[in-house]
Amino acid sequence: MNIDSINNGFVIDHIEAGRGMKLYELLGLDKLDCSVAIIKNVHSNKMGKKDIIKIDADIPVNLDVIGYVDPSATVNIIKDGALVEKKSISMPEYLKNVIKCRNPRCITAVEQELDQVFKLTDREKKIYRCIYCESEA
Amino acid sequence: MRSIIDIVDLSPEEIDQMIETACDIINNPQKYSEKCKGQKLATLFFEPSTRTRLSFEAAMYELGGNVIGFSEASSSSAAKGESVADTAKVISCYADIIAMRHPKEGAAYVAAKNASIPVINAGDGGHCHPTQTLADLLTIYREKGRLSDMTIGFCGDLKFGRTVHSLINAMSRYKGIKLVLISPEELIVPSYVKEDIIKKNNMEFFETGDLESVIGQLDILYMTRVQRERFFSEEEYLRLKDSYILTPEKLKSAKDDLSILHPLPRVNEISVAVDDDPRACYFKQVFNGKIMRMALILKLLGR
Repeated sequence: MNIDSINNGFVIDHIEAGRGMKLYELLGLDKLDCSVAIIKNVHSNKMGKKDIIKIDADIPVNLDVIGYVDPSATVNIIKDGALVEKKSISMPEYLKNVIKCRNPRCITAVEQELDQVFKLTDREKKIYRCIYCESEA
Repeated sequence: MRSIIDIVDLSPEEIDQMIETACDIINNPQKYSEKCKGQKLATLFFEPSTRTRLSFEAAMYELGGNVIGFSEASSSSAAKGESVADTAKVISCYADIIAMRHPKEGAAYVAAKNASIPVINAGDGGHCHPTQTLADLLTIYREKGRLSDMTIGFCGDLKFGRTVHSLINAMSRYKGIKLVLISPEELIVPSYVKEDIIKKNNMEFFETGDLESVIGQLDILYMTRVQRERFFSEEEYLRLKDSYILTPEKLKSAKDDLSILHPLPRVNEISVAVDDDPRACYFKQVFNGKIMRMALILKLLGR
């Protein structure tokens, strides 16, 4: 399968296979009108299979979202067709207005102007909890 | 501004200090009768809870302070759609400290973030109720003279009972605590409590469905209500409900110095005949709750 290389934008590589779509949704890539490629189950010597997302636009990227979905992913910034920067990814301590609390008894379920904030409470198990009701994300 | 949302917002050292203050209040009530003179407590009860509200109000009056507030959402601006954040900002202009009960989990946290005065969580849905745990801790301390080295049995609804989770969390910070978790299969302690609190703190624990077989090991028995609506089937409820009712017969094999606690209200899970047993401490717990609320108000107001 051939996907054109991009000129200005970024490539999210080494995404754990199967997590690419979640990242696509949480980054709001469906709202972009530039070229966006999501490639699933690409062969990888290191990972076996991986997902890749390519965005052909020089827009800000929310690294916290990537760190939340898959902290082992890599982000390569492309300018004029060349790799200019590799961004390091880590799990963010807090995640703001990315995901919503699913607990119907949470205060955020009735007061919708409140920011949806989750805190990393267990780095090893990758557990985020709502800062209001402490429900797991 | 210091607020108390969860029992773990207080360090074990602070709880020890509050217990010391509480014991002094009990022995020298006169010394504290004007400590909060000129101060106002706002009791913001977005859902009715007469017992907790009256406990806070009695606590403030016994400290010489005054009380303003409301006892249900329909008589507050919440009925007009005001947010918790705005209510907290407005009440900060009227009072010196807030005690808030709200049906939604996390509401007290929102209030604390927006108030310019201390906020005490008087219960936020099924989430936290730290002053109940303070009442439990003072009761255990007064009955046993310590908060460490004991076997505590929790009996009944261990799945939904926030007072159980909160007390387990508080006790996880003391050494030598062994937990005996007594409940039907449907109402066992949730996995996050087991993993994040019990196992993480290396607490010794044992799970069983049979109260009678373990009652003889216990120093504290913390009873909770097994509610009909928690069961999947009526048959199962009828089969199990009596197993979790404490009667004088079941107490025959218990230790002489067992202390029986219950957050109340009780329905039928402790037979009324148990009330006359010197081991019954649940009404003492109510008194201790008021005293610990006094100690907490004093602490947060810096009095």
